Amino acid sequence: MRTILFLLRKEFLQISRNKSILPIIFVMPIFQLIILPFAANYEMKNISLSIVDMDHSLTSQRFINKITSSKYFLLKEAPNNYNAALKSLENDEADLIIEIPRGFETDLIKENEIKMMVTANAINGQTSGLSVSYANSIIKDFNNEIRVQWIQNPRLNPRPMINITSSNWFNPLMNYKYFMVPGVMAILVTLVGFILSSLNIVREKEAGTIEQLNVTPIKRYQFILAKLIPFWILGLFVLSIGLLISFLLYGIVPEGNILIVYAFAAIYLIALLGLGLIASSNSDTQQQAMFIAYFFMSTAILLGGLFASIDNMPRWAQYITYINPVSYFIDVLRMVILKGSSLYDLRNHFMVITAFALVLNAVAIIGYRKTT
Amino acid sequence: MKQLLVFIKKEFFHILRDPRSMLILLGMPVVQVILFGFAITNEIKNANIAILDNSKDEQTQKIINKIAGSTYFNIERSLVTNEQIDEAFKTGKIKLAIIFQPNFQNELTHTNSASVQLIADASDPNNATTLINYASSIILDYQNSLMGPNKLPYTINTEVKMLYNPELKGIYSSVPGVMALILMLISAMMTSIAIVKEKETGTMEILLVSPIKPWLIVISKAVPYFILSFINVTSILLLAVYVLGMPIEGSIILLFVMCVLYIFCSLALGLFISTSVSTQQAAMMVSLIGLMLPIMMLSGYMFPIANMPWILQMLSNVLPAKWYIIIVKQVMIKGLGFSGIWKETLVLLGMTALLILLSIKRFKIRLK
Repeated sequence: MRTILFLLRKEFLQISRNKSILPIIFVMPIFQLIILPFAANYEMKNISLSIVDMDHSLTSQRFINKITSSKYFLLKEAPNNYNAALKSLENDEADLIIEIPRGFETDLIKENEIKMMVTANAINGQTSGLSVSYANSIIKDFNNEIRVQWIQNPRLNPRPMINITSSNWFNPLMNYKYFMVPGVMAILVTLVGFILSSLNIVREKEAGTIEQLNVTPIKRYQFILAKLIPFWILGLFVLSIGLLISFLLYGIVPEGNILIVYAFAAIYLIALLGLGLIASSNSDTQQQAMFIAYFFMSTAILLGGLFASIDNMPRWAQYITYINPVSYFIDVLRMVILKGSSLYDLRNHFMVITAFALVLNAVAIIGYRKTT
Repeated sequence: MKQLLVFIKKEFFHILRDPRSMLILLGMPVVQVILFGFAITNEIKNANIAILDNSKDEQTQKIINKIAGSTYFNIERSLVTNEQIDEAFKTGKIKLAIIFQPNFQNELTHTNSASVQLIADASDPNNATTLINYASSIILDYQNSLMGPNKLPYTINTEVKMLYNPELKGIYSSVPGVMALILMLISAMMTSIAIVKEKETGTMEILLVSPIKPWLIVISKAVPYFILSFINVTSILLLAVYVLGMPIEGSIILLFVMCVLYIFCSLALGLFISTSVSTQQAAMMVSLIGLMLPIMMLSGYMFPIANMPWILQMLSNVLPAKWYIIIVKQVMIKGLGFSGIWKETLVLLGMTALLILLSIKRFKIRLK
């Protein structure tokens, strides 16, 4: 026990003396948490719209008023031919073109049917899909409005109607930031914890000080524990900063018990740091450890469900996410903070992450060799 | 000149003698493009849902069958009581619950009106919106089928044209992003680490007292990473075209020239980082947290810049990646020539020049 305490003191001294790394540990996460949730926003608004009105009738004018008064669209221009609109689409000045054909009003009355053309810049499939569906729903709305107005007699035969009511649980205001903040928090804790731990042992190797540690009577598990504990504390500290910022800045109060978040984070960090130490003791240079850390981090974040829902991934990718500790952490943070899930609801997550922690650290202890 | 070659050779040895890092450097772009091409998608597929059928009649069964038959939904479980809904959401199993009112069929046939409630897990708002839209349209479809082929008057149809990417593939927007990210990280992170490493291990002193000029030392550090980056550009483009079926509409030479410009800019940034920090760890932290996340989130790679608050839109202008991504999209997907990208090119050139100037000013050849 005393040996560990001495070792811990050494590690803490080294961390606190490292002037370049400390501000990064504390300032970066705060900075990121303030900026990124504002950036990571799929709430569509201000879609630049170009309307080509070939009809210039009262009805087409009414439609234009309707679509421009929605919060999704911003009328950028109203050129008098389609090709001019296409040009602005090419220059990224417009995202969406709506063409109202000549005879829009008269044909609608005479022929009962008319076609409007919607053209989107679809390079980003996700956003263009959303903007087209917004445009479509506004057109449908408009269609219903004029129908109700133009049809004089009420319908003779009532039709069967299924009323659909929908409600949005856990985030009734549909605030995208509520979704992103817990995820970004998970990523920051992971980044700080994993990078620091993966660089640690290898740093001693590079500096040559590992030899001195190897010739002392320190046991392997003591060595690993002493490396692990300081970063474990740092990780929980970063998490606390994150929770504080998400409360102060975004007004997010965890629905569930905050102790569950800490309990899970505590186990998760042990697993993560174990993985970092494995990466570290298997590398010869910090640069190499960094590669491994970067490779792991970028893959784990992409597959962690932060940006794209895991449910939508193909089977094989979903299997990979089962062995991705990051995806469990993101999941738990979101579930506890947004949904108020209880310990019982999260029992599977806890079991899996505990298994990760045990296995990874066993490997870290066994894999660390005192001989070179 | 000969000195420079010798130094470049030395740097190459550093990299080549570490096959593991080489493998990651060259393999990572491949893995990421493939992940993006096949795994990362926002298309709804097999979303887990729960159904609470309080009526259990022919009509509800027909609707349920229709929902089960669509590729969007996977009926994870059937619930019996209202209390189970909460539990099902909180264990995270389901994203949507569909609740039929009691006596659904009776109400529908006799009063012509029956109701269905949809509850979505809106912790992911976009997913929730899309799921509700899909479920509603399936139910409305069913309702319309009850009415028979009766045409409504005054119908406005829409014809939708998706330009540049008719199948709405996600890969079209992620390939430029992956290129921006990988090139920046390899060039900026690796160069800065390589230079700082010499400082940290003390070998910088030896280099500085050698007859070679300091700026040649720096160039020799940059050349190997330049070549690695170039190989990566090629492999990403090959994958995108031949595996993911993404076209290169514009001039491929122009595309490569722009990639080279961006690599230069990244190398200059790496140089600048290396003059500002003193340990490898700090260089890595700055490059990773300072470059990786901002490029992922602010450059227009994953999230549209137009949706951001104006202050972040301003901030995104500082990122070379933003301009590079615009250039790649214009040339590669829209097929524009140089006239369509000259502004962005100028910005990148300006940034590169500025970074090099700043680095030269800060590069210290004296020891403290």
